[in-house]
Amino acid sequence: MTNRSTLIGALAFLVLAAAAPALPPWLISLATIAFAHALVVLGLVIMWRAGLVSFGQALYYAVGAYCVALVSRFTGITDAFVLIVLGGLAAGLLAVLVGFLLARYREIFFAMLSLAMSMILYGVLVKTEALGSTDGFNVAPATFLGYAPEGAMLNLALFWLVLVLSALAAAAIGVYFRSVAGAIAVPVRDNEIRIEFLGLSVNRLIHLKLVIAGILGGVGGALAAMTISHVDPNMAYWTTSGGFVFVTILAGAGSIAAAFVGSFAFEMLRSIAVALLPGAWQLILGSVLLITILFVPDGLGSLFMRKTRGKEGEPA
Amino acid sequence: MLTAFAIVTDGLVYAAYLFVVAIGLTLIFGVMKILNVAHGSFYAFGAYGAATAVGIYFDRGLPDAGGFLFMILVAMAIGLVIGLVLERGILRLAYGRDEVVIVLITYAVFLILEDMLILIWGTGSLAAYQPLVAAGNVEVGALILSGYDIGLVIFAGLLALGGSYALNYTRPGRLLTVVIFDRETAAAFGINVTLVYTATFALGAILGALGGAVMAPKIAVTLGIGVEVIVLAFAVVAIGGMGSMEGALVGALIVGLCRAAAVHLVPQIELFVIYGVMALVLIFRPHGLFSRAEPRKI
Amino acid sequence: MITTRATTRGAAAAVLGSAIALAAGTASAQQPAQSVKLGVVSFLTGPAAGPFGIPARNAAEILIEGLNTGKVPAPYNKVGFGGAKIESKIVDEAGSTAQQVTEYRNLVQRDGVDAIVGYISSGNCLAVTPVAEELKTITVLFDCGTPRIFEEAPRKYVFRATPHATMDSVGAARYIVEKKKNITAYSGINQNYAWGQDSWRDFVLAMKTLAPKATVDKELFPKLFAGEYGAEVSALLTSKSQVIHTSFWNGDLESFIFQSSARGLPQRIPIIMTAGETAVARLGPKMPDGTIIGARGSHGAFFSPDNELNRWFRQAYVDRFGVQPTYPSYHMAQSILGLKAAWEKAAAAKNDARPSVDEVIAAFEGLEFQAPSTTIKMALGKGHQGIGDISYGTYKYNKQKGQPEIVDVVRYPAECVNPPADMTSTAWLEGGMKGAKCK
Repeated sequence: MTNRSTLIGALAFLVLAAAAPALPPWLISLATIAFAHALVVLGLVIMWRAGLVSFGQALYYAVGAYCVALVSRFTGITDAFVLIVLGGLAAGLLAVLVGFLLARYREIFFAMLSLAMSMILYGVLVKTEALGSTDGFNVAPATFLGYAPEGAMLNLALFWLVLVLSALAAAAIGVYFRSVAGAIAVPVRDNEIRIEFLGLSVNRLIHLKLVIAGILGGVGGALAAMTISHVDPNMAYWTTSGGFVFVTILAGAGSIAAAFVGSFAFEMLRSIAVALLPGAWQLILGSVLLITILFVPDGLGSLFMRKTRGKEGEPA
Repeated sequence: MLTAFAIVTDGLVYAAYLFVVAIGLTLIFGVMKILNVAHGSFYAFGAYGAATAVGIYFDRGLPDAGGFLFMILVAMAIGLVIGLVLERGILRLAYGRDEVVIVLITYAVFLILEDMLILIWGTGSLAAYQPLVAAGNVEVGALILSGYDIGLVIFAGLLALGGSYALNYTRPGRLLTVVIFDRETAAAFGINVTLVYTATFALGAILGALGGAVMAPKIAVTLGIGVEVIVLAFAVVAIGGMGSMEGALVGALIVGLCRAAAVHLVPQIELFVIYGVMALVLIFRPHGLFSRAEPRKI
Repeated sequence: MITTRATTRGAAAAVLGSAIALAAGTASAQQPAQSVKLGVVSFLTGPAAGPFGIPARNAAEILIEGLNTGKVPAPYNKVGFGGAKIESKIVDEAGSTAQQVTEYRNLVQRDGVDAIVGYISSGNCLAVTPVAEELKTITVLFDCGTPRIFEEAPRKYVFRATPHATMDSVGAARYIVEKKKNITAYSGINQNYAWGQDSWRDFVLAMKTLAPKATVDKELFPKLFAGEYGAEVSALLTSKSQVIHTSFWNGDLESFIFQSSARGLPQRIPIIMTAGETAVARLGPKMPDGTIIGARGSHGAFFSPDNELNRWFRQAYVDRFGVQPTYPSYHMAQSILGLKAAWEKAAAAKNDARPSVDEVIAAFEGLEFQAPSTTIKMALGKGHQGIGDISYGTYKYNKQKGQPEIVDVVRYPAECVNPPADMTSTAWLEGGMKGAKCK
């Protein structure tokens, strides 16, 4: 099964990468943002497998984004690779720190404490008038190892970058899921005490998940900042986190690919809803999501995982 | 001295606001373990309904007291209808699913209801200030207090007392407590849990709408008021302990007094007060102030 | 369950199918060569929709209709833009900046608009500006206030006919100093976000120059959309100020008015509301007498002058929507008319042939044109940022007529309240507003 899904993933990656220049540019931009957000969602999927939901994942997203924006503004470094590493590191470091606190929490309290953290960052950013407060500020166009594309070429380059990082992240998370630390997620959700009887520290396992999710959030934020070429405190607001959680549930925790498909479907749906009914697009968005949650219980991922899961004797 | 007095009165008024906003949320969470994002919509619908009622009733020379009552009744009726429709029509389909999935369902419902507001009432704001004016004001030293605010504090106090009495001393309340404590045992003892759920959700919706109704005269009833309330109510409930009535009261008082103190003494930190208090409380009391000890499953 | 699965899969396929159809449909729909496709972006949902977004969209609607039927008075009586009819596509401004940037690209790349008029939020204006430059699409920002757009970098494709927010604060300070000559202390209550912070900072800077002896008493920054201002009202009640400055806008503004009036604050200390005009008609007698009202220009029922263009605009607006247009409507109108003026100036130079983007830009830069309420001069930001007059006045409810009135109106000329072209607004304010021409 894993071999087959890896193969399909690799194929999808190649097809998307090859087809990109032929696709309409607006679709490329939409997909770039969707996949950047999918990385954040991937982090949430990792935590959700262990039964944790963060209502404050926008914290890492915003830290990654602001890291990119600040570094390029104050040092003039615009190289995408350097900036993404920095964004991921900054968010990861923050996750290590807050992880000491957060890893002890479960359920709704975990969600609320992460929410409080991201809202405090939001408050700090709103208060920082030198950085434009809620208006935010622009991010200089990214360069790639000295190559400085413009216009449509820049968007394509960013898309390919997002695609490559998505593939890398997907592969790495796949490996992680099959490792002991990753595979133990579901048992952690089901029964922590048993895990501890096995001699493993649940808090440490969760701390690791937080850091991985934090890095993914930071990288997603860094990519988003370069794609949107603007950052603002709203990136840390709870509604942003809410959106990520929404896509996570929509996609389901079943597969890695679902995070990308779900994120793209969400962006696409929103864009269509805005075009169809500009004055009441949330009505469409909400209705479609409601129907999806009610009638596709395991998320969009389950739609293309039906066969394999059926074999495992899933109750129909 | 004057500042201290102002902090206490302003803190109480803000606490009253937070409490009426949070009580419905904590009730639904306590009984059903649903973190109800659509609570913001209940608040908004209550406020819009109340504003409409005020528009119909006032400026006709009828006694003011009837207007207060009419405003509250309209909002409660709206809450009842929305609550029943949601619980029977949508949530029922999702019982037994992961708690987070149900949160997301209420989020989708919230999105839908937010645009329903536009379809019903349009995008303009409504004003319902007449009750606020009718309640007058009193001068206390250099301060002027609004009669409506004093009434709001009393109303919140009565709500807390009434809620506590109903939970502890009435039959439906005690049945509710049983369900809160252990749903399965309650069902095994013949309590109609389905009915309790429906009633709780409807009651939570009514309380949410009531919160909107009593706030309506103080605010411009406009789009987006629900969004603000959600996260505020979440914070209060998380501080007090999810699902605890006393917790919501204490949480509201703490946040209310801290915020008032911040505005009077260090206005720069006002923006952080609620989340700062929430983070601090959760660091030292991970499950909030009034939480029951949860047994760890083996 | 299997059947449900099958149906949802079908539904998912249908959604995807319609998405592709939508994309294909908009891409292949050939516009008649004659028409100009205009993207209009404004808040249609959310808290800013009622006070700003919808009045602006309404103005766009009647103006585009009026232009297409050639009903707008001279000099705008030519059909559409230079004879080409205008086709508009309206988009909601609500949502994150990521969403706005995506929708901006959709407008240009998917829907093929020729120009965009829009954006109320300064954050959104800043976010779409680099995208507009990248996609080489003329974009007229219509309501956002931040001066940063043209001060941070020169722009080629982005214009803003509406003056920036510095004018609101400078006008407010001038009015107060004129009306309260011996002011010693003042306070401010502003929303805790960029608009509120900038408004207050500019106001304080302007006051330092105009009334150096006056001191700041209370500086309050409640959260945006806080809704409950009990503590703030108490703090202001106990302050020793002679005036309270606020840049609150509708929802928050009305909540603050209700709550402060109920506790007698405006009777004790008058309040100056830099964006108060949109609330005046709605509140009527509830607006406290003596409140100083601004309209971010000389717009609306109380401040706009009596001329043919304005009469037509107000009449058409009232006929359609039953209410007077407020300043966001005027901001939208002057932005569309500015684009039309530039377009037609460029067309006139080539025998009424359709001008290219670069030709419209060249015509727009430094343009001076007649708007319903003032003459806009594209004087700042290398000819991309407009300046205009601003008025302030004092609110009074006329009990005999049962109508709100604004008395003591003072109109400040554009050069009196805007920085000169070679200076940023902060530098100008900090330097004591040198070079202001007030007479």
